[in-house]
Order: sequence, then structure tokens, then C-alpha cells
Amino acid sequence: MFNKADNHNIELEFKKQRRAETLTAAGSSIGAVILALIIGAVIIRLLGVNPFDAYRALIDGAFGTKNSIAETLLRAVPLAITGIGITAAFRASIFNVGAEGQLYLGATSAVCVGLAFPTLHPAILLPLMAIAGMITGALWGGIAVLLKLKFNANEMINTIMMNYIAIYFVSWLVHGPIQQPGSPLGQTAGLSDNAILPIILKQTRLHIGFIITLLMVLLTGFLIYRTVWGYQIRVTGKNMFASQAAGIKVKWVFLSSMLFSGAMAGLAGFFEAAGIQHRMIENISSGYGYTAIVVALLGQLNPFGVLLAAILFGGLQIGASTMETAVGVPASAVTLIQYLIVILFIGRKAFSLIIQQMKKNRKVAA
Amino acid sequence: MHPPLSSQKVNLQMQGITVRYGSFIANDGVNISVDHGQTLALLGENGAGKTTLMKVLAGIIKPESGRIQINGKEVQILSPIHSQQLGIGMVHQHFMLIPTLSVAKNVCIGLKSAGYPFPNILKVENELIKISEKYNLQIDPKAIVSTLSVGTQQRVEILKALYRGAKILILDEPTSILTPQETHGLFGIIKFLTGQGCSVIFISHKLNEVMEISDRITVLRQGKVTAEISKDETNEKDLSILMVGHEFTKKRTIKPVPPEASELVKIDRITYFDERKLPVLRELDLTVKKGEIHGIAGVDGNGQVELAKVLAGILRPDSGRIFINGNDVTKLSPGKRITAGLAHIPGDRQRLGLVMDVSLGENFILETSGKEPVSKHGILNFNNIRNTSKQLIKDYDIRCISVDQTAATLSGGNQQKLVLAREFSRMPKFIIAMQPSRGLDVGATEFVHEKLLEQRENGNGILLISTELDEIFELSDRISVIYEGKILATLSREVANRERIGLLMTGKTDV
Repeated sequence: MFNKADNHNIELEFKKQRRAETLTAAGSSIGAVILALIIGAVIIRLLGVNPFDAYRALIDGAFGTKNSIAETLLRAVPLAITGIGITAAFRASIFNVGAEGQLYLGATSAVCVGLAFPTLHPAILLPLMAIAGMITGALWGGIAVLLKLKFNANEMINTIMMNYIAIYFVSWLVHGPIQQPGSPLGQTAGLSDNAILPIILKQTRLHIGFIITLLMVLLTGFLIYRTVWGYQIRVTGKNMFASQAAGIKVKWVFLSSMLFSGAMAGLAGFFEAAGIQHRMIENISSGYGYTAIVVALLGQLNPFGVLLAAILFGGLQIGASTMETAVGVPASAVTLIQYLIVILFIGRKAFSLIIQQMKKNRKVAA
Repeated sequence: MHPPLSSQKVNLQMQGITVRYGSFIANDGVNISVDHGQTLALLGENGAGKTTLMKVLAGIIKPESGRIQINGKEVQILSPIHSQQLGIGMVHQHFMLIPTLSVAKNVCIGLKSAGYPFPNILKVENELIKISEKYNLQIDPKAIVSTLSVGTQQRVEILKALYRGAKILILDEPTSILTPQETHGLFGIIKFLTGQGCSVIFISHKLNEVMEISDRITVLRQGKVTAEISKDETNEKDLSILMVGHEFTKKRTIKPVPPEASELVKIDRITYFDERKLPVLRELDLTVKKGEIHGIAGVDGNGQVELAKVLAGILRPDSGRIFINGNDVTKLSPGKRITAGLAHIPGDRQRLGLVMDVSLGENFILETSGKEPVSKHGILNFNNIRNTSKQLIKDYDIRCISVDQTAATLSGGNQQKLVLAREFSRMPKFIIAMQPSRGLDVGATEFVHEKLLEQRENGNGILLISTELDEIFELSDRISVIYEGKILATLSREVANRERIGLLMTGKTDV
């Protein structure tokens, strides 16, 4: 059909087109964020504050000083690490909404290991705690997929319900069997120094968990795009019938993607307990497991995109309190912006549909 | 009661209806006519143009030319809603009901006359009871649809059409999902409806049912009317010939399979029950020899899909055994069967054969991703995947721009080539080819057939399941006819002819 030079040109053209498609995809995430910030600005204006002042305070609070950067990254850690886990599950079309519960249980079992062996060398104790957290998170998530495979029970509903079981169970534990002796609070005794994650930036709270998060993002990217396991997750998520007919063990794909997802949530729990709280407390997570779903989607289920989205959300949350004290805009305005991002991002397909319809109507009218 | 309608005899007339899809003529000057109180059967194979013709009536597609008259008045059917207003009611093969709602609520959907925006359910229920009693449909309008049997759900569809004022009822292959008892019940209702002055158009390819229920029969073949006759003037044998045609099909000159060729695949008394616990395959026996194409002819819906899936390991048979090369593979997973030399060209290639949203390269490795040289230690070898993919694209002449484009961007023919390339590059021994040329143009069909014959030449066994008799006759060494989940007869290439196969396809063994 074509001679070689033609073919080459067509292939180049195709690559250009693909790059444009990737950019459009990234653009839809960025567009949602910008649009949400604009709507947020209008709301801030209605509150009687100059939105530029408010946003300046927000950015300043999130990235203005060494400490604020550290806090932003610190907040991004649980969001990113849970988010890449959710990414793997979502890619396999397993809707893990249970990261919050997996995180709670993972944190608890990591702390229990830390409290049990307070004198072990950190180089042994910390990995042990991490593994305990990951295994617990993985098992808790795995139950939901086993129920799906065995009884065709919807994993989305089950993981949501299992969140409540996990969170209330942990609440009972820290008020009962593992409560700090003599304390009225829902918390365990403090971890020994050996069980606490080392700080990587002096005079801040930024711990080694951030480096591990970066490594896990790289690892997950490699797993999803370069390995047989990741390939099978991707194709099964797109078409489980064809994958099954082609001999892929789709049940294992479902289960293993969830095990990975739960393990990442458990690891995030370990980071929160051993890196920030230095013990297990009743409210160890302020909904990281849920926010991570949004982070994963906004990151387009790409581990590197997820990292960026996590840093964005971390910055928004950290900057919010500065904005509140500096210009008097309530921090809940940022929560509002976060959810606007969600709505606008999820609704991006509706926008393009509306635009298509408008074009069509114009054609008909013409 | 309605006033007597016999004064105006002809209810519906379609003349010279022509519908084209691109260069393909789906309806070529088709005429049909139904009188009041009459049942017209529309008979024809898959793809003969029955559904297209009915879509014209339902206002879903507009014909290129032709005239439609209802009650002697010429009409243009502009939309599905307009079609309803003209008194045409369609009962689709797959029901258009919402299972979690009651019958009455289902009837109200999209009907402003039932009350808008809040339909008066009580009023509708009372009206439905009246209609149900009048036509002996025996439906409780309060019942939730999901609790009703399939036969009753079909009656709900009929009730829905009647409530909307249908005087001409189209039933699209209504018996394909019914048990014999339910079919009997449906026929009772059809007779009752026509007794009340309604007209019924009954679409089917089951000859015995057509002979039982219809007053007149219109036979379609390849978009044209081949006969328009009254039931009393014909019989099942004549009808089968009218349906499948006489014409000579080219037989390729191929070396016959030596009689001593050894048996490659043996299917021993396979039985399979579907979700409704109805038998779809009934103690089915079959063999495929090395270097043989064994064609399975049959009217769609007689167990072909399930047979292919059971052989591929996607469905588990309830009893019976499958042997490949003497090894019992009945309990093996699809993956292990693929390793044992099985290749599957599924009928629904977009759903079962390809992952539409990933690249061509990633589609090529769907079955081999875990094996060397595609991957090593669980890590994909992209160099190998790219090079192999490019070679396959060249060998199978897949028209594309890049191995990175998604399968969804290919044309139907090229998608099928992609499946063939993947399956045949694994050097399989036994190939299940289900409707391998469905939806393909002449060139792509020819290509698929040549590749299948090439595999035959290599000594591989092929089970060709197709509803296209031309394809079966052109390629097969032996031809079996599947009917209601059983093989009715197996004929050799030499003795098989269209009349005999056509009759067998309708369940008639006494020839």
C-alpha cells in the first residue's frame, strides 16, 4: 500500500497524535483543578476576601518554608502510597473503597509489633513492623475479593462496610486491650525509639517514609507497565472475558491486585503510626483512605500522576490552616475546593458530551 | 369490544422497501402485506433482512425507497414514537423491561399519557387488568418483573404494546427463549389476538412453528422476498429450500482427508445446562480428525455458542468428557488447554477475542504473556513483543499504522486478522472457529478461509461452527447439523447438499 517513507511519516504522525492524547488526558486533570480553584475564588470573594490574597496565603502555607514543604510532603505520603495501591486495584476493575479500614488495621498491627519488641535494632524492627502492617492490610482487603469470587458479592459495598468494622474494632482495641495503662485517651503506649521512623530533614517531621514512597511509586510504575502481572491486571480490568478466554487466571489477578492495594494501605498506616504519631491512636487517619481514591483518579491511575495529585492535595490541606489564620477564610473552603475537583474531574466526560451535543445542535440549526 | 374490523381488510402493506448499509443491500425491494386478524410469518436465515425490515416498521431506520400503507393510508414512519402512534407494537427478542419495577411501572416508562411527571399508577393498573382479561394474558400489573418467568415477561411486553394501542404486533423470534410449554401458551395468545382483529408479524426461522401459527408466509433470502404464500399451499420441505436456496456453491478442490487419519478431538456425551437450568447441550457427540475441517451447521441459538465455550474451557459441562489427542481435558482451565494446543476464534471477537482498549502488541501476547520469549522472570520483553507484532502484522496483512494503536481503531476485518494471527502463530493443533467471517467483507472472508485451509493443510483439526451454509459447504470435509443441543446427523462432503442440511437444521431427520 504505502512505500517505506510514507509509512514512516504515518507512524510519526501517529506518535504525535498519541502524545497529544496523553496531554489531553493530563489536561483534563489539570483543567479540573484550575476550574475548581476559579470557582473557589468566587466563593472566597463572596466571603469578602480577596481571592488572590487567600491563594497567596494558601501557597505560602503549603510551600513557603522548609517546614511547610516538609509538612506538605508528609501529608502526601499516606495519600500517594494508598493511592498507588488503589490504582493497582482499580486497574484490575476491583473497586477497593476499603483503604481506610486497611490503613487502620495495618497501623495497629505494625504498632503491636513495635510494642512487642521495643529493644530490637531499628534495621530489623522497622521492616518487621512494615511487613506486619502490609500483611494485615492485604488480608483485610483480600477478604472482600474472596467474598466476590465465592459469592459474587460486590466488593465496593463490602469494602465500605468493612471500613466500619475495622475502624470500630481498632477503636475498641485502643480503648481496651492495647490502651496505654493509666491513660483516659484512646491510644496505645508510645513506641520505643527503635520503632520510630528516622527524620530525613532536620528540624522538620519529614521521615524516611517519604523516600520509601518515592521508591514505591517507581516500583508500582514498573509493576504496572513492565511486568506480566501488571499487564494481566490491565487487560483483565479492560476485558475480563477475553482475558479469561486467553487463559489468564482472572481470579488470581483480582485477588492479587487487592492484596497489593491492601498492603499499600497498611504500609501507609505504618508510616502514620511510626513516623508521626509514634503510637497508635483512635483517629490515626483523617480519611486518607477515601481521599486517596480521588487522588488515584485525578492521577489518571498512573503512579506518577498519583504522586503529583497527592502532593497537590497535601499542599491544599496544609496550606488551608495558614489561609485561615492569615486572611480569615475558613479551612473548610479548601475541603470545598477538593470536592469541586472531584466533581469536575468525574464530570469531565459530561462536559465533552455537552460540547458535542452543542456542536451537533449548531450543525442542525445551520 | 372493538367494532368489527373486517370491513377494512388489509391492515399493513409495505412495498418495494430497500435499505442499504453502505454497499450492502439489506432489503432489496421487499413487499409484505398483512390483513386484519391475520398472522404473517417472516421466515429467513440470519442476515436475510428480517430484522432490518422490522426496524423500518418500528421507525428505527428509514428506507431508501418504498411505500408503507396502514389501513389503506400511505404513511411515513418518522420515529419509534410515531410508529407506536400508528399502532405498531414491537416485542424485541431481548426484553426491554426493568426487572426491579412492577409491570404497571414498566408500562408507564416514557408514556406521558399515563400522567406526567407522576404517572397515575393506580389508573394504569386498572386499565392493564382490563386489557389483560380481554386478551387472556393473565398478568398481575402489581407484580415485580424480576419475579416473573420468561414466558410471563414476554406477555408483559405484549401487554405493554397493547396498552400503547398496538394493532399490528411484531414478535421478533419470540420462541427462541421459551420452553415448549411457554411456546404453546404464546401461540394461544397469538390466536386470541388475531381473533380480536389484531395483526401479528411473527419472525422466525423455525419451520414447524411457522407452519403451526401463521396464515401467510413471506420468505426472505439475502434481502429479497423469495416467496409469498399461504400456509395451505406449502410444506416444511419446500419452505426449507426457499429459505436456504438452491444455488451452486463453489467447492474447492482440496485433497480429501485420508480415511485412516487419526482422531484428534473427541467430544463424548457433553451436556450443559444454562443459568435457567435448561439443557443447551444434550449428550452431544463429535469427533475431529487431524487435517480435517468439521463444519457444524445449524440455526443460531441451538447450542453453538455454548459448544464453543465448553470446548475452550470457558464453560464447564455438567457431564461428558472432552479429549484432545487422547488426553482428557474436560477439567483443564482455558490456559492449560491453550498450552495443550487449542486455539479459539470466538464468534464475539470484540468481547471474547480482543481487549479493544489496549494496543495491537498487547493483544498479540494475550495468551503468551507469561511465557518466554515474551517475558522472562515475570518482566515483559518489549523488544521481542514489538518485533513479533510487526512480523505478524506483515504476515497477516493487518492494515494499521502502528503496533501501539488500540485494537478498537481497526476495522472488523483487521480485528479478525489480529485474532487469527495471534491464534495461528502459537502453532495450535486444534482450532475452534466460530462464525469466523461474521461481519467481514468478501476480501477478508476469503483471507480467513485461506488461512483456515492452510491450517488444515498443516494437519491440524478445525471445528468450524457457522450459521452461514455457504461457508460450511465451501470449507468442510464433514458437515454435522446441530439442533437443540444435539448433533442430528453427520454427512460427508460428497453426500451433503443444501436441501438435506437445510431440512436437518430445522429439526427434520426423516428425509
